[in-house]
Amino acid sequence: MRQHCTLKIGPRIFRIGSDWAAPVRQLRALYADYPMPDDLIAHFTVRLEAARWWRHFLRPSVHINGDHMLPGALPLPLAQGLLAAEMGMNLQLALGERHFLLLHAASAERNGKVLILTGESGSGKSTLAALLGEHGWRLLGDEFVLIDPTTGHAWPFPRPVSLKNASIAVLDAIVPPARFGPLLTGTPKGDIRHLVPNAAALSGMDSPAAPALILFPRFGVPRDVRTMGISEVFIRLTQASTNYVALGEAGFGALTRLVTATPARAIDYPDTMTGLALVEELWSALA
Amino acid sequence: MRRAVPLDALTALYHRRSGQTHLVTEPVPAILAALAHGPATLAELVVRLELQGLVADTDTPARLRERLDELETIGLVWRL
Repeated sequence: MRQHCTLKIGPRIFRIGSDWAAPVRQLRALYADYPMPDDLIAHFTVRLEAARWWRHFLRPSVHINGDHMLPGALPLPLAQGLLAAEMGMNLQLALGERHFLLLHAASAERNGKVLILTGESGSGKSTLAALLGEHGWRLLGDEFVLIDPTTGHAWPFPRPVSLKNASIAVLDAIVPPARFGPLLTGTPKGDIRHLVPNAAALSGMDSPAAPALILFPRFGVPRDVRTMGISEVFIRLTQASTNYVALGEAGFGALTRLVTATPARAIDYPDTMTGLALVEELWSALA
Repeated sequence: MRRAVPLDALTALYHRRSGQTHLVTEPVPAILAALAHGPATLAELVVRLELQGLVADTDTPARLRERLDELETIGLVWRL
């Protein structure tokens, strides 16, 4: 590939190659404060490629390729090349990871214990995790939690937080502008802007910790807290994992250990600040 | 050949041969535990379960046979 860069995010290293300079330039700027990889041999490769050679120039559109592919994935316009790179990294990890049990979840750590927030897109987990990261917690990540089958610990994966639509303004009000990537408009998920995690999150990216609470948030509904049976948590987390089946017995062991050792609650909240207060309240009740 | 982890009312079973996870409720874990001691006829299985106090009186041989048929379908028990 003409352009490339290598990025370390938690325990994983990505090599991103591109037919164009712009997405790699934007990636380098977004990841400027990340530690340099200690090894240039990447776990995963992402390739941003033109569909046809003339599409380098004419209505350039980015195909996301790599070691693992999803058939039928649509290309993105070059103006959203940064988003394509981030989506490519997600895809490679989601389909290719064979050591850690992956949960589609956000997570944050305080006092050596990890809070896991898992839910579908729109549940508010990214926004809550980003806010926790600015209010005394160490942000571990907003997209994936990596559970180590050997120790049961949650590893950080502190990619830039993908803020969408109204969440952008919520964080923009409290975080310096230098920590934001460019505003990407008109994406399949509306407006997106990446928020670089703070120094505590980046310097702690090699420090896993034990999970202590699992929350299943739901945004935009009246405040409610519901206890959950262990088997319900187990079923929902198998659905939230992209590689549970691929890991075989190691995945079974990691997930049953997590759900039998960690309390879980389903939480409903009408707005972000109520959600944040609810998380703090439930966390305090654990102590 | 399998690994079982009790969750709450349900038990998670990992079947090594197929790589599949099953969520089962009693009397399935009890049946599998009883058969782990070796092959048995239906009558012998009833005795084993009663000896261990694992099956209520209402679990008649006919109902056990239904459960065994289901377990055979998913490959967790088989006929000799």
